[in-house]
Amino acid sequence: MAAAATCGTGTRSTGSVVVAASRNNVTSFQRRGPRASGTDSGCSRLVSIAGTRPSVRNGQLLVSTGLPALDQLLGGGLAVGTVLLIEEDKYNIYSPLLFKYFLAEGIVTGHTLLVASAKEDPADILQELPAPLLDDNCKKECDEDICNHKTESNIKMKIAWRYQLLPKMEQARPVSSSRFGHYYDVSKRIPQELIEASKWHGFFLPEKISSTLNVEPCSLNHGYIKLLQFIQNIIYEEGFDGSNPQKKQKNILRIGIQNLGSPLWGDDICWTENCDSSHSLTKFLYMLRGLLRTSLSACIITVPTHLIQNKAIIARVTNLSDTVVGLESFIGSEKETNPLYKDYHGLIHIRQIPQLNNLIYDVSDVKDLAFKLKRKLFTIEWVQDNYLRQERNIYPPGFSYLLKQKDSAWGEGSLQHSTFLMSFLAKATAFASRLVRHSEPLEQTGSGRIRQAAGPRLWHDGPRQEAPGLLVIPP
Amino acid sequence: MFPELNNLLNTTPDQAEQGKLTLLCDAKTDGSFLVHHFLSFYLKANCKVCFVALIQSFSHYNIVGQKLGVSLTTARECGQLVFLEGLKSAVDIFFRPQEDPHPLQFLREANSGNLQPLYEFVQEALKPMDSGEAAWRCPVLLVDDLSVLLSLGVGAVAVLDFVHYCRATVCREQKGNVVALVHDSGDAEDEENDILLNGLGHQSHLILRAEGLATGFCKDVHGQLRILWRRPSQPTAQRDRSLTYQYKIQDKNVSFFAKGMSPAVL
Repeated sequence: MAAAATCGTGTRSTGSVVVAASRNNVTSFQRRGPRASGTDSGCSRLVSIAGTRPSVRNGQLLVSTGLPALDQLLGGGLAVGTVLLIEEDKYNIYSPLLFKYFLAEGIVTGHTLLVASAKEDPADILQELPAPLLDDNCKKECDEDICNHKTESNIKMKIAWRYQLLPKMEQARPVSSSRFGHYYDVSKRIPQELIEASKWHGFFLPEKISSTLNVEPCSLNHGYIKLLQFIQNIIYEEGFDGSNPQKKQKNILRIGIQNLGSPLWGDDICWTENCDSSHSLTKFLYMLRGLLRTSLSACIITVPTHLIQNKAIIARVTNLSDTVVGLESFIGSEKETNPLYKDYHGLIHIRQIPQLNNLIYDVSDVKDLAFKLKRKLFTIEWVQDNYLRQERNIYPPGFSYLLKQKDSAWGEGSLQHSTFLMSFLAKATAFASRLVRHSEPLEQTGSGRIRQAAGPRLWHDGPRQEAPGLLVIPP
Repeated sequence: MFPELNNLLNTTPDQAEQGKLTLLCDAKTDGSFLVHHFLSFYLKANCKVCFVALIQSFSHYNIVGQKLGVSLTTARECGQLVFLEGLKSAVDIFFRPQEDPHPLQFLREANSGNLQPLYEFVQEALKPMDSGEAAWRCPVLLVDDLSVLLSLGVGAVAVLDFVHYCRATVCREQKGNVVALVHDSGDAEDEENDILLNGLGHQSHLILRAEGLATGFCKDVHGQLRILWRRPSQPTAQRDRSLTYQYKIQDKNVSFFAKGMSPAVL
């Protein structure tokens, strides 16, 4: 009975999304490549959707988030069928930017948009999207950015800059560029004709909530139920889940939900710790995940996690989302006066990246990232965090707890200190740990990544930006 | 199935133990590679597997399974694998309400439901065939993962009841195994999750705990695995055996090594 039902649903879905000739149960995660399924041309059909590209790692279909730098940090882009959760910064200044980049990218590549908000009318949100940069202007922007950067971020900008060499965007008519990842000018608004040429659906909560509820009560919030039904309607009617076999080209649905979990959605997790409907948001995210996994869509959600009182809910929300990016702005915090951060507006943390169809995932080595919003561009760069990190560039990974102990045990110029350092450089960590009184390993301050092992020519090439901390007494 | 993990656990697909509850737990890292390991292990051991997959889609497990050498589609077609895809069923229940009881019926209920329909689904899926000859070796229930049930409004006690019922049926009656994954929230103060984790920790015979490194992210060592063998029925006359290894996840395999002996450091 129940077992047969499960098998039944399995066979029903093989007709959806891509070709039925494939043996695998088909969702949007069709593996690309000649060996995935021998006969069919369904794989090539997926690749031909504008604004998408397959991941180099596992053939997963990716869409751009609108920021090429963020795409790289997420391993090439956002996978179709997944949720990108943005943890809002404290005063909600920068997270709407990422939200708008995502939607603007959808308009430029011709995807269908679904914008949901409880605060602003979706039509107004669309009016405020940044304008796409045309090629000659863009090149000038990137040129002036490149000369101010350090080596590491120079590499990033160079890679991103190469996108400019691809075929140019058309100017005159509505743009559906085949390029992956575009640049936007935040100081200008998107041209009206682009918005009108695009297809979008808006969900503004105060308008929708007045109608009666015709679904039996469950522990989900009324607003969330309405939103789920709206999304499911659009997906079903426009065939993003393959239910209506379309004659025309397959397209991606980009869903954007703003300020989810805030009191405007009727949820009380932001103002009390023991809330009645503590499962509303998590149930909503689970249902949303179910909808996304069976359709050609990608979703961005911004959640004010700094307002959520119950830390357990934050952990659950993170577990139920696929990609999680946290923004931490410096406004009003002590970091604002830190000279290290004087060029930046905040830190960006990539908290989670999904492992889809894979045992491992693409984690970028760079963990200390900061962003800044210039007049026209939002850029993400690597920043050195502290003295400890500079030293850690040379030491093998996983031993920085010894460094913390070392700092408290000896003075800077002492014999033990230099012996300790020398033995680390020689990678003879046994000697080094013998010098340290062993107790419980202390907590890590940063992320413990290693950039480059100390080789014989480490200081040969002139002053290195990475390791001055060793040779200079910190103030 | 990872051969190195089999060596550490002292099992092979031919000599899989029976009547055991295995608890998989992850803290600050992702422990889903353990789920893939056990899924492919029991399929290769010719056991009948009921997989309650609440967090990912079927094709995800299928593609990873192919890398590990098992084909989930073939297993499902010939009846060795009964797969409950939580995400798809949830969408079906929520938007197209059906009359007959569905395993995930608690999603529709307003207050925290119980997991009895889910238990009955498992019982039905793993009951021995009437044909007389045993086609498969022993039944196995695999759940990925139980913490999601807490997020969906089910209480910790209801989940513990469900596991207890499954253990009574699958482990005792049918001499099968139960494997479940629970996330450890660490310092997130998730009381319900802690209740669940402690309760299951006391009942299980084998605990595999994947933790992130205490010193932070490292490219060459992805985490640390703690293996704890327990005997919940007998008093602690023998000390529980515990081992700790560090691991690195590769494309089709996971390599394990003793602490500090990563090839990158040596």
